[in-house]
Amino acid sequence: MKSSYIPMTRQQQEAMLSTVDVKSLDELFSAIPEELRLQKDLKLPEPLSEHELKKHMNTLAQKNSDTIGNTCFLGAGAYDHIIPSAVKHITSRQEFYTAYTPYQPEISQGVLQSIFEYQTMIAELTGMDAANASLYDGATALYEAALLASRYNGRKEILIARSVNPEYRKVLYSGLRYSGITVKEVDFYKEENSNNKSGTINLEQLQDHISKNTAAIAIQSPNFFGILEDIKAVSHTAKEVGALLIAVCDPISLGVFESPGALGADIAVGEAQPLGNPMNFGGPLLGYFAVKSPFIRRMPGRIVGETIDSQGRRGFVLTLQAREQHIRREKATSNICTNQALCALAAANYLSLMGKEGLKEVATQCINKSVYTYHSLLEASQVSQVFEAPFFREFVVRPKIKPNAINEALLTEKIIGGYDLTAEYPELEGCWLVAVTEKRSKKEIDDFVSKVNSICQGGIIND
Amino acid sequence: MIRDEKLIFEKSVEGRIGYSLPANDVPEVDLEVVYPGDMLRKTAPQLPEVSEVDVIRHYTNLSKRNYGVDSGFYPLGSCTMKYNPKINEDIASMEGLAQMHPLQNPQTAQGNLEILYNMDKYLSEILGMERVTLQPAAGAQGEMTGLMIIKAYHMHRLDSKRVKIIVPDSSHGTNPASAALAGFEVVHIPSDERGCVDINALEDILDDTVAGLMLTNPNTLGLFEEDILKISRMVHDCGGLLYYDGANMNAIMGIARPGDMGFDIAHVNLHKTFSTPHGGGGPGSGPIGVVKELVPFLPVPVIEKVDDYYTLDYDRPLSIGKVKSFYGNFGVILRAYSYIRTMGSQGLKAASQTAVLNANYIRKRLEDLYDIPHNRICMHEFVLSAQRQAKNGVTALDIAKNLLDKGIHPPTIYFPLIVQEAMMIEPTETESPETLDNFIEIMRDLAIKAQENPESLKNAPKETYVSRLDEVKAARTPVLRWKK
Ligand SMILES: Cc1ncc(COP(=O)(O)O)c(C=O)c1O
Repeated sequence: MKSSYIPMTRQQQEAMLSTVDVKSLDELFSAIPEELRLQKDLKLPEPLSEHELKKHMNTLAQKNSDTIGNTCFLGAGAYDHIIPSAVKHITSRQEFYTAYTPYQPEISQGVLQSIFEYQTMIAELTGMDAANASLYDGATALYEAALLASRYNGRKEILIARSVNPEYRKVLYSGLRYSGITVKEVDFYKEENSNNKSGTINLEQLQDHISKNTAAIAIQSPNFFGILEDIKAVSHTAKEVGALLIAVCDPISLGVFESPGALGADIAVGEAQPLGNPMNFGGPLLGYFAVKSPFIRRMPGRIVGETIDSQGRRGFVLTLQAREQHIRREKATSNICTNQALCALAAANYLSLMGKEGLKEVATQCINKSVYTYHSLLEASQVSQVFEAPFFREFVVRPKIKPNAINEALLTEKIIGGYDLTAEYPELEGCWLVAVTEKRSKKEIDDFVSKVNSICQGGIIND
Repeated sequence: MIRDEKLIFEKSVEGRIGYSLPANDVPEVDLEVVYPGDMLRKTAPQLPEVSEVDVIRHYTNLSKRNYGVDSGFYPLGSCTMKYNPKINEDIASMEGLAQMHPLQNPQTAQGNLEILYNMDKYLSEILGMERVTLQPAAGAQGEMTGLMIIKAYHMHRLDSKRVKIIVPDSSHGTNPASAALAGFEVVHIPSDERGCVDINALEDILDDTVAGLMLTNPNTLGLFEEDILKISRMVHDCGGLLYYDGANMNAIMGIARPGDMGFDIAHVNLHKTFSTPHGGGGPGSGPIGVVKELVPFLPVPVIEKVDDYYTLDYDRPLSIGKVKSFYGNFGVILRAYSYIRTMGSQGLKAASQTAVLNANYIRKRLEDLYDIPHNRICMHEFVLSAQRQAKNGVTALDIAKNLLDKGIHPPTIYFPLIVQEAMMIEPTETESPETLDNFIEIMRDLAIKAQENPESLKNAPKETYVSRLDEVKAARTPVLRWKK
């Protein structure tokens, strides 16, 4: 069969077969037991040419409603931020995207240096001493952090705020299921305790649960409801019993908010997709992982370090490899091999373009626009307040009608509405999590608010 | 040649910007009022202050200091560095597919769900499995997922004494690492003199404490496990399950299938076999297929098709849960989907046949000058040993570094661990005979130089932006970030 990706011609094939000293292609496979050799073709669709493939994919795309043709107010772990054009131009350079992991540093200085820059930026944002080269996503980064903590202090229990992204908690539960490490959830302050409905971790309950068996406390700030946690207070609680503090933080928010490192976190992890990576229907994402110095040699995954070459020139290499699976095998800190390098490159490009001022501007606009949306919604009285503490980019309200009914109606207006919290948080039945990034204009927001109002007025009352 | 490329931070000029954002058109919030106490940052992060031109030049210069598959031959064994078709890149960045939020109402994502559903079907067919989950982000995560399924299966049968996972000594490091993370005790078995699983050693280990066996096939020596059926029968007979590390599927697409070999779980690396680019280290995608009996244990959600409508099924009580956010590395899956759709069954088979022929051709033409520990017909790759050259002081590392000066990416070196001075050569099917011949000539020339003038090979590379780097220094006194 001829293929544009297989350069060997029929004549060349004949010549090579004879060099190898076999009579046919089939003979090359004689080590495979006869009964295993497929006698028929795989049942796959007929091959398409480039042009036909494009048409086919277009047809499929038309069955979607994307976030370009529809205005997106959905967040809950993946965010619709502005991505500068330059990012794609850099990540599309073949020298980056068609390379393997930089095992041969002399011809991989491009990737190695870009990772070193990425590590520096993540360490800066999080206020940590070092960061690794990337993990699969925020959820698996949290799982790796929990493992690190438990191995570090030999304790077998993780306390996690229930206000941490439910996807992250699920990945954590699955990952730890057979590890001997147990996970306990700590509630958040909500309406029932009428004196505090901040939506932050319930500190009394945390005190009740924490003990000398606690390996780490994991919190998210801004948490799943968009609300900022008091990292410092939780850090004090952790320190009292010698537990570590794992903080899951949004990297955009760190353009304005105090870094988890400065507030006492030992490990900072999270999802760096908002830094220049499209949502991609949920993947690839970008897990970042950063630590204070005592934990550097316990980090999972690749790490790039600076060194010199034989002539004294600066260069970069993969380093501290004695932690990794290819050397340590079953004793490695993690099994990760392939990571998310190209997404980390995009994040480094994004942070270079945004710079000090730009990142702050993005974060500030997220605040201005989400606060404006929140107040506009509350003003019209079709939604009510749920939590009281300050939030970032995302907030919870309780509309008069069911969130999924609003979302259905919004779709006909080309708006992708917020996240219905009912399934993951039965205690927040009927509550709606709305995200507003810097990408949303005042006009889009006003339109959204007025559509929500009229849908609620004309709709079924939430009971 | 400019040797040293400054760090982006070192190019920073205070007050310079590289972004273009819409003006803030809503009322401004007073940050100090809304976020009291310690909430706001006291010192700004030290991010670079550079223009867009600065950024583009900087990363363009860095890219020149890197080598990709488009730059030239990349016979990195076990990594299947085949050409990455450009159309697949275009497809992956189509707005209507990529600019989608994962939590959108499934009704608005029918196109993407259809792709995922069909990808499951195609990979199931290629692997000979019942169903495939696309959730794992890479091979290692596929392994971990598969091992958790093995654990869940035995636990479900209330068989808690099965604590061991057997892996061959030639296996990839992720195999034992994944097994340990899934809570298993790892038992290594040796290879026999033919480079395959030592059946007697296996026999000795097998008992009712064995949960399963992980096997790479073709194995990491590039050899097909000839006793594969016997092995799978033996493991099944003792009540264990079989996990197939499919990193080397590029040898057998359309030729043989893990499911038919008696394996219960198999992963494939889309970033190897199915042509998706490796991104300088990732992202990848490591889907796993399972037999019917194990389908209930797959991670959630499973995509189902009901009356031409695709849904996400989370209601699966025996599921191991979630191993990653959402549905996997969709962007990577899209590229692999495009590849399968453009190759079809004949194309995939031709790819495997050609990959195997290419590897054997190189093997044949180097066998007189290099030691090849298991010199017989190989699959898509083979392992040679530079031991003969090492006697003259020229190690596998030296040979690798000399290849750099010739514009070729070296093979994988020092893996598998069971071969001294290993060089693992995987040409793939996308390389022309001319490229192979060029590589062969260079390798032959190096072998001759290693004999006649070994000293001349000790200082390579000379043509690269940097020369050999001090890795010991990097690890002893780690500098992992820039500081002002
Ligand atoms: C044989 C084998 N198994 C497993 C893996 C791990 O795959 P990944 O890097 O995608 O996690 C690799 C990759 O290098 C491999 O070669």
